[in-house]
Amino acid sequence: METKEKTFGAGVSCIVMNQNDNVVTLLRSINKGEVLTFQIEDQTCTLTAKEDVAFGHKLALNQIKIGDTILKYGESIGIATTTIEEGEHVHVHNLIGVRGRGDQ
Amino acid sequence: MTMIKGYRRPDGKVGIRNHLLLLPTVVCANQVVNRIQQQVPGSVAIPHQHGCSQVGDDKERTHKVLVGMGKNPNVGAVLVVSLGCEVMNAEQIRDEIAETGKPVIWIDIQDEGGSVNTIKKGTEIAKELEQKIASIPYENISLSELIVGVKCGGSDATSGLCSNPALGRTSDMIIDKGGSIVMGETTEIIGAEHILAEKAVNEEVTKKLYDSIAKFETEIERMGVDMRGSNPSPGNIEGGLSSIEEKSLGCISKAGTAPLQGVVDFASEIPGKGFYFMDSPGNDIECVTGMAAAGIQLVCFTTGRGTPTGNPIVPVIKISGNEVMAKRMADNIDVDTSPVLQGKESLQQAGERIFKEIVSVASGELTKAEILGHQEFSISRIGISL
Repeated sequence: METKEKTFGAGVSCIVMNQNDNVVTLLRSINKGEVLTFQIEDQTCTLTAKEDVAFGHKLALNQIKIGDTILKYGESIGIATTTIEEGEHVHVHNLIGVRGRGDQ
Repeated sequence: MTMIKGYRRPDGKVGIRNHLLLLPTVVCANQVVNRIQQQVPGSVAIPHQHGCSQVGDDKERTHKVLVGMGKNPNVGAVLVVSLGCEVMNAEQIRDEIAETGKPVIWIDIQDEGGSVNTIKKGTEIAKELEQKIASIPYENISLSELIVGVKCGGSDATSGLCSNPALGRTSDMIIDKGGSIVMGETTEIIGAEHILAEKAVNEEVTKKLYDSIAKFETEIERMGVDMRGSNPSPGNIEGGLSSIEEKSLGCISKAGTAPLQGVVDFASEIPGKGFYFMDSPGNDIECVTGMAAAGIQLVCFTTGRGTPTGNPIVPVIKISGNEVMAKRMADNIDVDTSPVLQGKESLQQAGERIFKEIVSVASGELTKAEILGHQEFSISRIGISL
């Protein structure tokens, strides 16, 4: 699996687990307006956080439209329930899991 | 060859602990067993809520877990305590455990004439059994005889980023050295089963894996509930996990890269070497109990949120990827893999540290859970109480 080969650089604030992902996972809590730098494959990318978000949570790498699949580790972790803008917090308020849903 | 230290049992199996187990066949015998345990501090007890008002598969599951706990090679001798009118067949439980060749004694509260008499007799028997197993020699044994359970609980985002993938490296090392790995938690591979299925050695194993998941999903549908009411748990969600799929994708890396040899039922003995999956609930205590009843000698347990979880007969090594929690709950955490997230260590190096810890614990070093006396035990049920 892609995750197994991932390395973490010193002082890195966030990580993208797979090049196909549309979310980035935070390795520390960040504040609104902070500019994050990270690597996707060999490319250095930046993203501006649109809100304060806690350690371990995710931000959208680009705009994710309602109904789109959200990818982490290169795999589906659910679908967007609203349109999520680049740099916004991606969590249970705008992501819904599609498995284990006996209520649907 | 990597060596550990253990106890060779009469049936040839190897234990890394030498416990005297006090086993109540029914909830009604719990207090008597607890009082015997107080008189014999070197013994361990497994009080539980079951053993009566059970039928069919549900009854069989409780029976299987109780027998499995007694048969586990970490147990040197067993005292079975029954009430006398319960559904569990105490005589059969005694006989099945005795097949291992280890000393097993059964006493019954109604036959003995009440709690006081049974506590008195049970204490005498337990002390004799304790002396008997104290003389069992402690030998050098190959690590290839070790079956390690890999489990995660109280997960946060760090579990999938570092502690589980680091444990995956360790799992590969254990299997390379001829040992075995067992992963459980059927509910927590939902959404990642296709990745696990790719590792299956044949179609039969793939089918059994998918059938296990279908069984849980059918039950969730039958009840008309959204699984997220409990999984991810509120703590998982606070730690950054948004869905069962995300949790599962982080969860499965702890088994490493070895082929999946088979899927076994809850509390069933592991039939061969290598990597096996146990069809079991995600509930931490029930899953570890199922592993212990299957004969696993040691569990590696990753956690980002922190948990004190232990087991009465199986050492549970707690591994974290969350630096803040690992420091705050230092009395519970054995290995901290968070240097990986700070770029100070590779996953391979963290995996090697976990491996060293396994060798130490499998040679007698106590885990934090053992030092603190954590002995959580819970039998999973598949039916209603009658």
